[in-house]
Amino acid sequence: MEGTAAPMSAEPQTGVVDMMLNMGPQHPATHGVFRMVLSIDGERVVGVRPHIGYLHRGSEKLSEHESYGQVITLFDRLDYVSNLNNELVFARAAEELMGVEAPERAQYIRTILCELNRVASHLLFIGTYALDVGAMTPVMYTFRERERVQNLFEHVTGARMMHNYFRIGGVKEDVPGDFAERVRSVVRHLREGVEETDRLLTFNEVYLARTRGVGVISAADAVSCGLTGPCLRGSGVAYDVRKAYPYEVYDRLEFDVPVGEFGDCWDRYWVRLQECYESLRMTEQALEQMPDGLVMAPGRRIARPPKGEAYAHAENPRGDIGVFLVSDGTDKPYRVKVRPPSFCNLVGLERMMDGAYVADAVAILGSLDIVLGEVDR
Amino acid sequence: MIDVRDVLYVAVGLFALFNGLMVVTLSLVWLERKFLGRLQGRVGPTRVGPFGLLQAVADAVKLLMKEDVSPGPAARVIFYAAPLLVFVPGFVVWLTIPFARDLAVRNLELGIFFFIAFSVLSIVGLVLAGWSSASKYAALGGFRSAAQLVSYEIPIIMTLLAVVVVAGTMNIAEVVEAQASAPYAALLPLAAAVFLLAGIAEVGRTPFDIYFAESEVVGGPFVEYSGAHWAVFFLAEYVNTFVIAALMALLFLGGWRWPFGADLPPAAGVALVLAKTYAVVLVIFWLRATYPRLRIDQLMSLGWKALIPLSFAAVLIAAAQQFYGWPVWSLTVLSVAILAVPAVLQVRLQRQPAMERARRYARRAIAERARGTGEAVR
Repeated sequence: MEGTAAPMSAEPQTGVVDMMLNMGPQHPATHGVFRMVLSIDGERVVGVRPHIGYLHRGSEKLSEHESYGQVITLFDRLDYVSNLNNELVFARAAEELMGVEAPERAQYIRTILCELNRVASHLLFIGTYALDVGAMTPVMYTFRERERVQNLFEHVTGARMMHNYFRIGGVKEDVPGDFAERVRSVVRHLREGVEETDRLLTFNEVYLARTRGVGVISAADAVSCGLTGPCLRGSGVAYDVRKAYPYEVYDRLEFDVPVGEFGDCWDRYWVRLQECYESLRMTEQALEQMPDGLVMAPGRRIARPPKGEAYAHAENPRGDIGVFLVSDGTDKPYRVKVRPPSFCNLVGLERMMDGAYVADAVAILGSLDIVLGEVDR
Repeated sequence: MIDVRDVLYVAVGLFALFNGLMVVTLSLVWLERKFLGRLQGRVGPTRVGPFGLLQAVADAVKLLMKEDVSPGPAARVIFYAAPLLVFVPGFVVWLTIPFARDLAVRNLELGIFFFIAFSVLSIVGLVLAGWSSASKYAALGGFRSAAQLVSYEIPIIMTLLAVVVVAGTMNIAEVVEAQASAPYAALLPLAAAVFLLAGIAEVGRTPFDIYFAESEVVGGPFVEYSGAHWAVFFLAEYVNTFVIAALMALLFLGGWRWPFGADLPPAAGVALVLAKTYAVVLVIFWLRATYPRLRIDQLMSLGWKALIPLSFAAVLIAAAQQFYGWPVWSLTVLSVAILAVPAVLQVRLQRQPAMERARRYARRAIAERARGTGEAVR
């Protein structure tokens, strides 16, 4: 069947042959350069083979040739829709290696920005996921709301995406004077905006029909596949790094960990939606508590950690992102290993595809919310 | 004998109709973009012409000037013929659709039959487009369109039959005249509802845009088309949408006859028909802004398990009323009685807490998957 013109073969065939459908790397629903080779029998998916690596830039190897401070710019480019969360996890790993701790004010700033980044990332997911299942309106709403966060980030860090704002031991500079005011206004608007999308989409009949019972993965399977983040919590496992291993100031914030029930696409969506509300709650609390003071730990400008290893992990919008650092005592890391949640979540793809239709394949892949920059690194 | 004047009249009529339809299509494109924009917190096109009115013209010019590419292994003759097979039927049915009592190119006695016969033809074009493109996405889209359009043709035909039974004629103008006292949407609400739903599915608009689903089969049968040929498909989609809306306005909403009666000047009648048609079109656009896309198996079960039985019920009601000579209002009563069943079920479903409703969907879907239903969709 390969290479011939029409999907019909001139040769006599004995028995049914599955059609191979190459979805990606250029396909509107693969969210980047992911490629799925589907074996389909009519509209049924009988097999799926994921192919990755189209966006491999060698970030881990590149990191070995940059000084610790410069590596942060590479982490911006891993998961390019939640840049600050990535910056944070590397900064924390390096801080652990060097035995420094960011001042309290810096930790609050980092927490607030990370939570807002989580909302922005989830909003992007909600919009594009609605597009995947064929609804065109939510994406307009969520991008409008996401823009507020982007504008705030631009105001604070100077960049809309590749911020390079967090530093080992703090943040680049203190936030602008009107920070608290602007964050409050953004949070208020975001809450309304998320609710608007929520009302339109969450319990929409067709949306329920398209996403409920699709891509089901049991809690046991989800754990054994190594899923983390909303993909895991959608299956009902209440594992969240922010609760299980609190970092920054999360132990001082009050928040719930929403979990799903059935482990289907809708549950994964619902968990993310609820997390938006939780993040906004957290942002407000952190803003109340934020003290004055330094935003950068005093010390040398050039980091030269002692020989050793360090591991840090954090809750990225996509799951548990981990960074393992090995230092040989120079100003550049000897090895940087990233545990990217998107990549690990892809392990669950095949199990979720069980008994899916072609249309479900798109819905399932979308519900994993992968970012290829992080999958391929 | 063929009269020269007659031929001339038809020729002039066709020319006017074709140009009128082009204008209508462009207006629909503009309207859809503006209307969707307003629903989505945007403003739509604003740059080309006043209020972006010329945007659609600019797009059309761009498409016509683009290079027309066809895939190497495509079956070229069929590939280039397919757009015409889709477009021509959608255009030809306008021969017999009247805008006012005498304003039709040919007011055929079998107008409704003519519409049915030609609208079915466009399925062939879609399947051929899908097959000849030498692309798996196109093929998949072509298969989908065959399944979808054949299934939804039946409820359309049956609901039109109900109208024909009650009106006693297949002449569209006479059907309109028969709605002097009340539009058929009031007498045959069941048929009207089924017709609108099946009509939307027939022209493949959201939530039934399955055969060219952008995020799944990347445009389906149209994926390999470019330039002018793609523009023809695009045109056909809007013309077909307008056909369905116009039939809805004429056959169910009383056309020019209701609610102002017979002494409406013809020009006002045309305006009334257009107003009703555009109102229906706006409803179709509104649905597009609200709903995601159904899956093919859900589409088929909606068609075969709900719309087709309901459309048969509509015909039976109409036939029984005519045969036994029941009063006219019995039609409404019976239709509403049947519509009440899904309505009550829906209201009960909606009154549950939202989370509980979502859970029911999950349990049902998981149970269905375990039973392996939907296997028939191959």
